[in-house]
Amino acid sequence: MKRSVLIPLAAAMMFASAAHAERGSDGELKILYWQAPSILNPFLSGGTKDIHASSLIIEPLAHYDTDGNLVPTLAEEIPTVGNGGVSADLRTITWKLKQGVVWSDGSPFTAHDVVFTADYCLHPEGGCNAAERFQDVESVEALDDHTVKITFGVAKPFPYGPFVGSEVPVFQKAQYQDCMGAKAPECTEQNFGTIGTGPFKVREFRPNDVVLYEMNENYRIPGKPHFSSVLLKGGGDAVSAARAVLETGEFDYAWNLQVEPEILSTMESAGKGEVLSAFGTSVERLMVQLTNPDKTLGDKRATYQNGNNPHPFLSDPAVRRALSMAIDRQILVDAGYGPAGRVTCNVLPAPAIYASKANDWCKTQNIEGANKLLDDAGWEHGSDGVRAKDGVRLSILYQTSTNSVRQGTQALIKQMWQEIGVETELRNISASVFFGGDQSSPDTFQKFFADIEMYTNNFNGTDPENYMLRWTCDKMPSPETQWIGQNMPRYCSAQYDELASELSQTAELKDRARIAKQMNDMLIDYGAMIPLIHRGGVAARANSLGGGAYPNVWDATPWNIQDWHRK
Amino acid sequence: MTDALAPERAAARHRSLWLDVWLQFRTHRGALVGVVVFGLIVVGVLFGPLIHDVDPQYLDYKSKNQGMSWAHPMGTDNLGRDMFAQVLAGGRTSLAVGVTAMALSLTLGTFVGVMAGFFRPLEGPLMRFTDLFLALPILPLLLVIIMLFRDPLRTAFGPEIGIFILIVFVIGITSWMQTARIVRGEVLAIKEREFVLAARSIGTRPHRIILRHLFPNVLSPIMVSATLGVAQAIITESALSFLGLGFPSDFPTWGRLLYDGVPFLNLTPDRVIWPGLAISLTVLSVNYMGDGLRDALDPRIRGR
Amino acid sequence: MFRYAVRRLIFAVPTLLVISFIIFALLDLAPSDPTAQLPLTIPEEVREMIKLSLGLGEPFHIRYVRWLEQFLVNEPLNLIETYWDVRIGDSEQRLRVRSWSTRAPVIDLIAERLPQTLMVVGVSYMVAILIAVPIGVVSAYRQYSIFDQVGTFISMVGFSVPTFFTGTVLIVIFSVMLGWLPSIYDTTHVVEDFDSFIVQVKQMIMPVMVLGLFNAAQLSRFMRSSMLDNLNQEYVRTARAKGMTEPVVVLIHVLRNSMIPVITVIALGLPATFAGAIITEQIFRINGVGQLLIGAIESADIPTVQTVTFIFAILIVMFNLVADLLYGMLDPRIRYD
Repeated sequence: MKRSVLIPLAAAMMFASAAHAERGSDGELKILYWQAPSILNPFLSGGTKDIHASSLIIEPLAHYDTDGNLVPTLAEEIPTVGNGGVSADLRTITWKLKQGVVWSDGSPFTAHDVVFTADYCLHPEGGCNAAERFQDVESVEALDDHTVKITFGVAKPFPYGPFVGSEVPVFQKAQYQDCMGAKAPECTEQNFGTIGTGPFKVREFRPNDVVLYEMNENYRIPGKPHFSSVLLKGGGDAVSAARAVLETGEFDYAWNLQVEPEILSTMESAGKGEVLSAFGTSVERLMVQLTNPDKTLGDKRATYQNGNNPHPFLSDPAVRRALSMAIDRQILVDAGYGPAGRVTCNVLPAPAIYASKANDWCKTQNIEGANKLLDDAGWEHGSDGVRAKDGVRLSILYQTSTNSVRQGTQALIKQMWQEIGVETELRNISASVFFGGDQSSPDTFQKFFADIEMYTNNFNGTDPENYMLRWTCDKMPSPETQWIGQNMPRYCSAQYDELASELSQTAELKDRARIAKQMNDMLIDYGAMIPLIHRGGVAARANSLGGGAYPNVWDATPWNIQDWHRK
Repeated sequence: MTDALAPERAAARHRSLWLDVWLQFRTHRGALVGVVVFGLIVVGVLFGPLIHDVDPQYLDYKSKNQGMSWAHPMGTDNLGRDMFAQVLAGGRTSLAVGVTAMALSLTLGTFVGVMAGFFRPLEGPLMRFTDLFLALPILPLLLVIIMLFRDPLRTAFGPEIGIFILIVFVIGITSWMQTARIVRGEVLAIKEREFVLAARSIGTRPHRIILRHLFPNVLSPIMVSATLGVAQAIITESALSFLGLGFPSDFPTWGRLLYDGVPFLNLTPDRVIWPGLAISLTVLSVNYMGDGLRDALDPRIRGR
Repeated sequence: MFRYAVRRLIFAVPTLLVISFIIFALLDLAPSDPTAQLPLTIPEEVREMIKLSLGLGEPFHIRYVRWLEQFLVNEPLNLIETYWDVRIGDSEQRLRVRSWSTRAPVIDLIAERLPQTLMVVGVSYMVAILIAVPIGVVSAYRQYSIFDQVGTFISMVGFSVPTFFTGTVLIVIFSVMLGWLPSIYDTTHVVEDFDSFIVQVKQMIMPVMVLGLFNAAQLSRFMRSSMLDNLNQEYVRTARAKGMTEPVVVLIHVLRNSMIPVITVIALGLPATFAGAIITEQIFRINGVGQLLIGAIESADIPTVQTVTFIFAILIVMFNLVADLLYGMLDPRIRYD
């Protein structure tokens, strides 16, 4: 019995020693995140920074690469219907785990760890952030030490929710078994010193400041990682983070640099590093309030009321279309995003098979057309230049979160709308309030007590089903649902809801793409949302850093950190 | 010099206190320069937009990030807004905020300080009240105040005046504590002095003692607080903008212009130089005026 | 004096309780939300679960009483246990005040950060006093001299320029252009020998200077005005008339009396060295208490904000008392009893 455990271990150690000369030969890697990691347990935090910081230590069964393809990590291969890993009725998925993988403390990694991780996240008192990934999961069981079977309650055309991507890594059962449910937050030692199978392990962690990693001597790939230690520093702001890589050269890699493009290009010209960008599914968009947000309505403010509470002027399709036509999106990109943005007319811009081309009319500004549309709809210029009809003026309250790029975009759009006779009042709200969802605050993005609001949204992984389901009638925020729901425009269409249920029952990728595109086109054509910019992840990388260090918009950027090396 | 002439001469010499103060103030060169510079700034921001009539909010996107030129005397920002027009417009707001908030905090601080120093029973409660304010976390306080009062003020006074009242109020009530403590300390020392005891012994009412005897003697620390207060209010306002609690983004103030310009330090230094200069000049001139005023108000210096 | 001090101390207890309640109520009223920083891809149902797991489902007064118990009873007990290595009662079950974003005990977070804050902010405060007092004295003694004019000018410019500006300018000059100093404070750096000491000094120069100059500007104004007030008093004339030398008159008699109000200002500023300097710590990435507080406010980590501000409140109340006692000791005209 003992022997059987020891043999794979010894084999792993032989491999390790054979390539030992190379492992860790590149010294220290310095990474800068301007938001600091606060915990190394992604289930308990869920902030992107924490997921990235823990992805050096713990791994999922499979990662997404920078193109959005699934690559096996702890699994032997990606289960599909073709290779028999996914059952024909789409209700089970069976993962084969790699042999001989050990945790950084030397103990073997088995299917029981995977099962435990599911129990840990699904514990009702744990407050696990990745719970959505386990949606419809009926059971997770270990068929043997290296086989895990996940059974879903419904047919899952896209069964790669659990244990795929750095949000849902596998925890070590031995370390976390006393940390279930309500005990989870009290396990500070575990949450700060997570044991994993990844290329690095924690040497020192100072919450909200810095993580020091050292290489995992038990890492399964011989000769990797190339760096012997990693320093991940957090805090500060994006501009100075870019400066530390591009101008002073103190750091090797800086993450998520939402900075005005001319600042980045000035810094880049110092020659110490380069700016990288990658595009995922993030779209900066305007949400259009279709219900009446007038304060005098009391409880009915900004609620649907079965369509009996329409917005005084945004309920007019001509106005919605004109607002979109009047925007010169290229200027917004040039002014605020540069390499981090491109013009888009879709709320579902990627992956490529899902991207619709039906709305490309929005790519060029059309002030004349917008003016004509409003003229034809009977909106007349008033004495102050603002259009009005039947005493209703086109005066918009336009809110977003506080962020210098967003405020620049607001100012530009305000001026573009001025040209078609629309008056705009700008408002910005602290992000912690705007995205907070506090019931008592009138300023949350769910309550949407304004006419237009702007923010970015995206979806995890490559499957848009859950994302497209956000705009069905039942997802409208209202007092009855404690303002929960992502259908901010209060868009409601029977046809859209039908397409949504069709999408959840369709397995064939081509058909899924067709339906999703059709749903996207409906939303854009109706004008419930006005997409502006397809936003990318921007990072700065020192010239001396090689090995595929590139922002990964589908997964955590350090997903392949074992390959990073010094040039 | 006969006795008959004496009353007449006495009458001629009996000038009002404020004339005396003015005469003394005039001899202070720095103070006069301060008055002139401050006056120029005030006149500039009030009437400048009449001469340089570019809309500060107009985005001339094609001429963004420009240096100084005739069309744009202070250059343009990264969205093509004219910096000179923005500095002028920002000055109106910043000066108004600075002066009003300072006045509010000074009034509150002096009132609490004098009351606490003079009336023994009030001292404990008032000073604990001051401690309370000193100990309150300002940021959450701001969030709460803004959440509770922004909408009512916005509907009552319109978006701009509403937020102005709010910001002045917020800066005022979070910055009076130091003045209060200093004034109280001075009052505690002065009220034991002979002239106060003398006034008290002849039955002078407390409010007369405070106004006639105490107040003029604590004016000098108040003046220092006032001059620092204007600067502090202007800077606090910029911190508020930074946190997203200040004026709307299309409503420039000097502090906000400076904050927005800092990342562009290498690219377009004009963006920080001019607002920074405007703040510094204002603070300096107010300070010199305060110095002159302090000397002029000090009876021991006046008439030397 | 002693009775006064005791009375004040006793009075401080209800004051602090009221303060803690107000802070708690304010934070509870504030519209920030601990789940706001999570990615939008996490659905609301999960967010609600997270909030429940943070204890937000309980009513306000229960949360307040629980925090009070944790802070006033459990934390001190824990401190005693770890300090003397003893066991009091059931320490396994005792709940400590835990941060929501890191899930670690808040006191441990503060303890981890205090050294950096005390080091940088404390040194800068000392630098500020060392600069401000001589400048204030000379400026007042030689009022309207060139020295006074230049000193006034520089200190007012220093005061009127926000630290976010001076900090960035220093970084651009000394880190980017000249490459002399690091722009990021390495908090993991350990001083063991002379070389590492130099590294530590190098990384402290800019933040200390930024903060020091800002504080010095303010202090030197108070020092100067207080000196001016005293220089014109009768006792100065008397001292001179008695034939005392000028240094004795100025440095012993006038300085001592002028320091009285200045000491209040200094003592009141001391708790701020604990709270740290939010903007400076942010710019140079120093993991001090200020950064902890601002980070906690941004992520609506209420237990952390509550605990940090409450400790801050205790320090303020204490230092106010110290300032008042000093006042009484230094100025015989003030009587407390």
